[in-house]
Amino acid sequence: MIATLAFYLFATLTIASAIAVIFARNPVHSVLWLILAFFNSAGLMLLVGAEFIAMLVVIVYVGAVAVLFLFVVMMLDIDFASLRSGFTRNLPFGLIIALVLLTEIGVAYGTSRIGLGSGQISAPTQPNIVALGQLLYSRYLFAFELAGLILLVAMIGAIVLTHRSRGDLRTPKVSKQIARRPDEAIRNMDPGVGEGMTL
Amino acid sequence: MITLNHYLAVAAILFTIGVLGIFLNRRNVILMLMAIELILLAVNINLVAFSAYLGDLTGQVLAMFVLTVAAAEAAIGLAILVIFFRRRGSIAVDDVNRMRG
Repeated sequence: MIATLAFYLFATLTIASAIAVIFARNPVHSVLWLILAFFNSAGLMLLVGAEFIAMLVVIVYVGAVAVLFLFVVMMLDIDFASLRSGFTRNLPFGLIIALVLLTEIGVAYGTSRIGLGSGQISAPTQPNIVALGQLLYSRYLFAFELAGLILLVAMIGAIVLTHRSRGDLRTPKVSKQIARRPDEAIRNMDPGVGEGMTL
Repeated sequence: MITLNHYLAVAAILFTIGVLGIFLNRRNVILMLMAIELILLAVNINLVAFSAYLGDLTGQVLAMFVLTVAAAEAAIGLAILVIFFRRRGSIAVDDVNRMRG
């Protein structure tokens, strides 16, 4: 009973905040609604027993992606009102597309003969994170490492894209320092008495 | 009693809202990226619901990979947005076709 109520609460809030993301006038508000949508969908995932993915959604989406969005929205000085000029013009067209898409999804679901199981969530034999870890580090190890590679490429790509080298910066010239050899840096001298130093 | 169909309905509505968001905010790239995040979230809800109701954890593993790709996509997309804004002074998508590359 309480699970049913929680499902409807989370589902309603997820959809309502998703609508608010799209229709909010201020992009900062959009990001905040997006965070609410992420939290509520994490709750939805929690209800079916996928605790690890739910926590991952909160950590990755809310903690990293949404904060990144917030950062960029606040950093860029943009007149967002002018960007909404085509909004009302696109509204009827967009609504038609959305309705068609939703109908198509419904039709595809209605005609599919996919087996939906018993309709019950079977009680797990071991904790969700243990089972997931065993699967991830055995059968899907290669895909898991590939995911790490994707993150590495994204990280390096984002740094390379946004890095701006300023002309007036005095940075050490690493290649010159590494190429320096002792015989060109040190001179052995044999000055006579009283000739070693000139003041 | 909540069945798989409830979850599929929520995910389908969320997906549709995401697509609608891309259509409505044609000029604002930041909102388009947010709409893409909504679409990926709908996919994740679908994967997790199927995984739970069919008793197969593979769906949750795949949801994790979707999460990874979503994070990478947001990082790269926003980086491109930042350099585009630095060069052009606006983020209107209409200006993008002025790029010669």
